[in-house]
Amino acid sequence: MARRIGVFICHCGINIAGVIDVEKVAEEMRKYPGVAFATTYQYMCSDPGQNLIREKIEEENLDAVVVAACSPSMHEETFRSVCKDYFSIYRCEMANIREQSSWVHDPEEATEKAIKLLKATVEKVRENEDFNPIMVPVERKCLVIGGGIAGIQAALDIADAGYKVILVEKEPSIGGRMAQLSETFPTLDCSQCILTPKMVMVSRHPNIKLLSYSEVIEISGFVGNFNVKILKNPRYVDEDKCTVCGDCEKVCPVIVPNEFEMKRAPRKAIFIPFPQAVPSTYTLDREACLGLAPLTCAECRDACEADAINYDMQAKVIEEKVGAIIVATGYDLYDKNKLVEYGYGDDDDIITSLEFERMLSASGPTGGKIIKPSTGEEPKKVVFIQCAGSRDVQHMPYCSSICCMYTAKHALLYKHNVHDGEAYIFYIDIRATGKGYEEFIARVMEEERINYIRGKVAKIFREGDKIVVYGIDTLTGKRVEIKADLVVLAMAIVGKKGTKDIAKLLKVAVDDGIFLKEAHPKLKPVEALSRGIYFAGCAQSPKDIPAVVAQASASASKVLSIISKDKLEKDPLIAVVDEEHCSGCGVCISVCPYEAMQRQPNGKAKCIEALCEGCGTCAASCPSGNIEMRNYKDEQIEKMIEVII
Amino acid sequence: MIKIAMYWGAGCGGCDVSLLGLHEKILDLLNEAEIVFWPCAMDFKYEDLEKMEDKSIDVAFYNGGIRTEENEEIAKLLRKKAKILVAYGSCATEGCVIGLANLYDKKDIFETVYLKNETTKNDEKIVPKEETDDLKLPEFLPYLKTLEQVVEVDASIPGCPPPMPVLEDALNALLQGKTKFGKEVALCDECPRKDTKPDKIEISRFYRWHEKEDNGDCFLAQNMICMGPATRAGCGGECISANIPCTGCMGPVPKVRNQGTSMLSAIASLIGEEIDEETEKEIINSIEDFAGTFYKFSTAKLLPEGRLKDES
Repeated sequence: MARRIGVFICHCGINIAGVIDVEKVAEEMRKYPGVAFATTYQYMCSDPGQNLIREKIEEENLDAVVVAACSPSMHEETFRSVCKDYFSIYRCEMANIREQSSWVHDPEEATEKAIKLLKATVEKVRENEDFNPIMVPVERKCLVIGGGIAGIQAALDIADAGYKVILVEKEPSIGGRMAQLSETFPTLDCSQCILTPKMVMVSRHPNIKLLSYSEVIEISGFVGNFNVKILKNPRYVDEDKCTVCGDCEKVCPVIVPNEFEMKRAPRKAIFIPFPQAVPSTYTLDREACLGLAPLTCAECRDACEADAINYDMQAKVIEEKVGAIIVATGYDLYDKNKLVEYGYGDDDDIITSLEFERMLSASGPTGGKIIKPSTGEEPKKVVFIQCAGSRDVQHMPYCSSICCMYTAKHALLYKHNVHDGEAYIFYIDIRATGKGYEEFIARVMEEERINYIRGKVAKIFREGDKIVVYGIDTLTGKRVEIKADLVVLAMAIVGKKGTKDIAKLLKVAVDDGIFLKEAHPKLKPVEALSRGIYFAGCAQSPKDIPAVVAQASASASKVLSIISKDKLEKDPLIAVVDEEHCSGCGVCISVCPYEAMQRQPNGKAKCIEALCEGCGTCAASCPSGNIEMRNYKDEQIEKMIEVII
Repeated sequence: MIKIAMYWGAGCGGCDVSLLGLHEKILDLLNEAEIVFWPCAMDFKYEDLEKMEDKSIDVAFYNGGIRTEENEEIAKLLRKKAKILVAYGSCATEGCVIGLANLYDKKDIFETVYLKNETTKNDEKIVPKEETDDLKLPEFLPYLKTLEQVVEVDASIPGCPPPMPVLEDALNALLQGKTKFGKEVALCDECPRKDTKPDKIEISRFYRWHEKEDNGDCFLAQNMICMGPATRAGCGGECISANIPCTGCMGPVPKVRNQGTSMLSAIASLIGEEIDEETEKEIINSIEDFAGTFYKFSTAKLLPEGRLKDES
């Protein structure tokens, strides 16, 4: 119990002192029981400010410190590290008189509230106990979920640093969306050409274990010690034996739409998504195959000289222990069927941006030739519509971030392909914030003579062999009607189908059910709220390739900061169950979001130290009042409330 | 010989019966104790009590709530005459079911009981009076009070009425002059359905008992409200053994003051995470009677000054 508490009130320039009468607060606090010393200072977080605290702890023989300043999320660590040399860090608390008082109240009210907040904090620190950090051992391995460019980059960074990585990819090959793209803006690099070397590096890297055609089905544990179960789907082709000769594909009698080509081209039941696939092997799609019954059809197996095809292959569950997890599950386009106003789905000549990417790709279904899908002719007039589903309260309210840039690229590549073609782009605003992006847009507008029309499209419908696009040019105020051969929709980007499921497995939050939610939008942009889980790429928000790669490397460095140590320090401010008085009702076990509350053989609940994040949900829900949060004991909180009201 | 007394305040009489429910054990009790006042069972008059010396009764039990002037007078008198005054049963301790009447005022209660009740036939519209020409009856107080709201109480025996094991335990302690007794855990600890508790309880809607076939598992897991987790153990789960969820008559565990709110916050936390606001409202609205479900026994104790509306 602290008996000589020092109170340090920060002016924060005029942020606090401009509103709150700090001298009055100090004077009031000097009179408060247990307060041995109180003073104010211009900037308590500055070096002289910190030294002032040190000096006074020694001079006044203080045994606890309360700093009245900004939010503890800003400077708690600063002040605690000052106090660490003298006593336990839990004898240092902050009263937030800036965000919670000076910024939001009139001077008189703010001063009064600051005094109350300080008194409450003094009451809290008075009863705080000293605790030592909990030490948790670390499994020095990382799981990366998703093998797009984000997952690939993160896996390579960690593996290069000398640590083991398990890279799990749901599809038969890694590569993700980037593998589907033709060229990348603004430099017009061939997307596959810059991606495939990294894919090869993944396949060859001794520290990377690649599990393609696999899914994470179960995750338990906590930072440093996650237990993961991965389901490896049977591909019915032995990855090691397959020579990718293609004989099987030739004889396969089943033709289905090719997902890699956005279902705008066929594939066989036995297939390889694209020639540079990693792992380099064929995969037999069990849904499409005539039934894996040799009696019905065994054409592929008979044709395979390498004897790689095995219809009896079974799904396998692989268990792994890892210390950290990176989620890089990527994105999908917004459900096209929901964009009824743009007539998608009814018309072959209205296509999505990714379908257009495949059309532009030299390895795509048309070999890079731009066609009007309904006739196969060269389209002479193409309309590109930006924000199809984005920035639209009817659909997705946010900006999908990359559509302005890739649409400009699309128009440019179209003009390079069809010299006498006309391209129109409907836009709301042009958002070209990346390096070299504005210049790229300017080039497209001026040199390529693309018609940019500022406005939204109201309606699209077919008239004979043309598609009529109705819109308004908001700059001239005139109605626009374009009879186009092809319409390309720059579809909104949404989190990959299944993002929610993976989030549920990991117990991480999802923003509006679409993107993974980071711990702090500014200061913790790659961290999940649960420690040891990080995000990379479009699973967290729409972003372009350089941003994805940067985020992947950021996540990798965060992971390395965990798995490069033998042991982790963990905050000891956790929940403690009074086991003697626990009835085993199971409410805390049911509500704990971290699975830290577990039932013991005697039926009573126990808090697993290493798992508990100290959120307090259990303590609030315990109907017997048997769970206590360390340093947030009921008596402390009651006393705090008492002095405030 | 220890001198004991028992008084019946505003209550159903079940508490008096429960003392007799000791069966032959009451003889053991009488070996050690002498009953000096028990109007329900033996012929004592208030004046007998008044004549006793102060603090001459070792243990006085008061069952029932305080609803009339008479109840209040005897409570004060017993306090004076007894060394240890015990609130016996839920009414005296927390107000119990009759305490729910504190949600209404005296006028509402009289109208309902004597005039509006569907089963009441009262063509002359006769409502009891407190005074006639030659008689004055004790006043029906504006609201029901618990014993503690009137006099200082040394110990409480929970239950409606106190179940046998609870009573035996309490009597053993009290006859030795101890005022602390009873279990400190919640009912789940001794619930006969304890082993059927799933790892995770999730509530997607609430069922009343008659709305769902009981499969023999933990009631809460079956989405039926069982007050067990917020209720003090001791009864051995009598109701649950009879396939009825706990309604909470034993009151909260000692660490908790407000049993109803405690249970509400537990239940609210159990409603599925992914349920949208609209459905959440529907789920909550499917609880028929909040006060009668969560505050069935403790309304009088918890309402400020024991009542909802002021005496005015």
